[in-house]
Amino acid sequence: MTDTTLSTGPASPDSLHTGDAAKARLRARYAAEARFKWLGAGAVALAGFFLLLLLSTIVTKALPAFHQNYVALEVDLSADKIDPADPGAANFLGLVHDGMAGEFPQVSGRQERRLLRGLVSTGAGVMLREAIEADPTMLGGTRRIAVPLDDFADLYLKGLLAKSGPSCRIAGVTVSGAGDEVAVGFPDDAILAMARGAGAVDGEDGGLRLTSGSQSLLLEIAGGTLKITELSTGEAGGAIGKATVLEPLASASDMPDDAMLRTIETAEANRKITDREIVWLDRLAGAGKIENRWNTLFFFTGASREPELAGIWGAVVGSALTMVVTLALSFPIGVAAAIYLEEFATKNRLTNLIEVNINNLAAVPSIVFGLLGLAVFLNWFSLPRSAPLVGGMVLALMTLPTIIIAARAALRAVPPSIREAALGIGASKVQTVFHHVLPLAMPGIMTGTIIGMAQALGETAPLLMIGMVAFIVDIPGGFTDAATVLPVQIFMWADFPEPAFQQKTSAAILILLGFLVIMNAIAVVLRKRFERRW
Amino acid sequence: MNMLTEAGVEQQLADQGNTPAIKMRGKGVTVHYGDKQALFGVDLDVPEKQVTALIGPSGCGKSTFLRCLNRMNDTIPICRVGGDITLDGEDIYDPKIDVVELRARVGMVFQKPNPFPKSIYENIAYGPRIHGLTKNKAELDAVVESSLRKAALWDEVKDRLQEPGTGLSGGQQQRLCIARAIAVSPEVILMDEPCSALDPIATAKVEELIDELRQNYTIVIVTHSMQQAARVSQRTAMFHLGYLVEEGATDKMFTNPDDKRTQDYITGRFG
Repeated sequence: MTDTTLSTGPASPDSLHTGDAAKARLRARYAAEARFKWLGAGAVALAGFFLLLLLSTIVTKALPAFHQNYVALEVDLSADKIDPADPGAANFLGLVHDGMAGEFPQVSGRQERRLLRGLVSTGAGVMLREAIEADPTMLGGTRRIAVPLDDFADLYLKGLLAKSGPSCRIAGVTVSGAGDEVAVGFPDDAILAMARGAGAVDGEDGGLRLTSGSQSLLLEIAGGTLKITELSTGEAGGAIGKATVLEPLASASDMPDDAMLRTIETAEANRKITDREIVWLDRLAGAGKIENRWNTLFFFTGASREPELAGIWGAVVGSALTMVVTLALSFPIGVAAAIYLEEFATKNRLTNLIEVNINNLAAVPSIVFGLLGLAVFLNWFSLPRSAPLVGGMVLALMTLPTIIIAARAALRAVPPSIREAALGIGASKVQTVFHHVLPLAMPGIMTGTIIGMAQALGETAPLLMIGMVAFIVDIPGGFTDAATVLPVQIFMWADFPEPAFQQKTSAAILILLGFLVIMNAIAVVLRKRFERRW
Repeated sequence: MNMLTEAGVEQQLADQGNTPAIKMRGKGVTVHYGDKQALFGVDLDVPEKQVTALIGPSGCGKSTFLRCLNRMNDTIPICRVGGDITLDGEDIYDPKIDVVELRARVGMVFQKPNPFPKSIYENIAYGPRIHGLTKNKAELDAVVESSLRKAALWDEVKDRLQEPGTGLSGGQQQRLCIARAIAVSPEVILMDEPCSALDPIATAKVEELIDELRQNYTIVIVTHSMQQAARVSQRTAMFHLGYLVEEGATDKMFTNPDDKRTQDYITGRFG
């Protein structure tokens, strides 16, 4: 009985593969595997998290740039403003400004008028002229025309410049006096606490003063708007104060009236838009004159110093032209070089030296290629500055090592049996390579080309050296026109001080990523077509 | 001495009752791979329209010799070939000889089936096409069909000529490679262990095929299988450590070899 158990039961505890020590080894092995698995999964999750973070940040920052606010104005295009015989001679921007002034007839004074004019984009005149050139029947009468708002006005309407605080209704507010400064009276002193909360400072006379460093308290009353500047305790538990008239009141009476108190939490000193402009813009928005449109200007115009007029199309065309040149040069040269080195060249010191140097070239900082382009292509060959032709040539130099290395690896991966098969039935070397080896290596070569082109698309430094950083408003029409490319455009916009360019920068990054995705998608489709079942 | 040996070979052939012409002849063939010498002065004649089997243990130089016969060794940069090899009396290493033409005359079938990753039709049609052997599609179709028939593959693939050649079974792939070699109408077919990757049934089919091909082609086959050499070849050459040990009629080699090493190898004492 015991014998049977011994012979068929578990082996003795000190057996080589079943003993306790063996079990411990096994456990340690499984633990190591589990650890590695979790580490790997963690690495992937972390990478995914950061990618998501990056993308979501860019997308949320970019979204406002895809829309632009327009203001619809009644513009007088009658014959006494625009001469029908010579419409081009008219002052179109002046007409737009007149339309704007027509919306706010009460605005007087040079400074205020200039402020009001500044709400519409300086490009509005050009756009009006182009619209009239496209459709001359617009002339002769007053037309409702939508023009883009200035970038600060646009940003305010998108809620990116100033933060609006809570508003509340106050009954029994009195307004007395006339002119720019009026006196206001409140039935109770709750307003004092609010002013204190808004950052009002104590004045010399014991009252409170609201300076440009504190939040703005705006009082909408009797069809006008007042900005409270001073407050102090009044009679019978009330409060009195002074206010600046931002918008004249329709009926100036001492009778108590209901008022709406608004706060703008961002202090006037800390924002690029004044209280007066905010009141005007809110008035326009309230009257339904503001249109939020899909920003075709951004997608289909060239660069501009004015953020609301700046577009990406010039850079997109520049990038496309540059990529065409890069691909046309680097792909055939790179593949030919790889075929020669891999299939035809005898292996000796010279080819070894060439191979080592090609590998080294792949690691050369890209700006060095830019210097080379500057010295050789511009100064020596006298090719045009800032041109996609030269940019493409420089990037082709940079991309060549990547393509050559990838193509050589792909050619080496083709099994030698295929070469032998072709040679064995009497194919020549060239026939063997072009009929059999190259088609099989094509998917790998395409992958290398995609990587190289993606690198080239995102390259900024070498293009700075050959002048593609120049500020170019026109959309390039050919390979020798001055142009810029997407990454350089992003670089320039990121450098501009206007806050509206922040959104443009993010939007341009999205366009660049989209460009990359489209390029890669085309390459993947092509690769799939070349791929053969083994 | 040398003259005598040659005369002896021809005498032996004459004794067999038929006197086939010598198709290919190697004289003092040496091969170096870099500093390492792989063949030491091999003299071997390949008679026309017969199957010559090259046997010997691994690394003995039989594949190296085979690859010298259609200059496939040219593709190995460090390989140097010395001595004379003639095809119909012409030195194939003569600079005037075009290697492409040579390989069209001396075709090759490799150890591992290596069809092109193309359709069955394209696999066969490629050779005739690059050599310009056919004038039109109809002629090409005829060549493809006759090649596949000669390789005993036609009935199995005639309905799927446009399917990839790599989709066939291993034995079918090897017969496809043989058909591909036949399609360019070579005079000699070299086979480097053509059955080593095949199962016994596929092997039997290929061996049967080799026996039939002997009617029209001179065949040199490298094999590790003694039985295969005995079954398919008329002449056998035994290699060992880069030297040709012995060669002669297969019947004699397997029953009464002159050299002890041959006897030991054939009976399985080494190798």
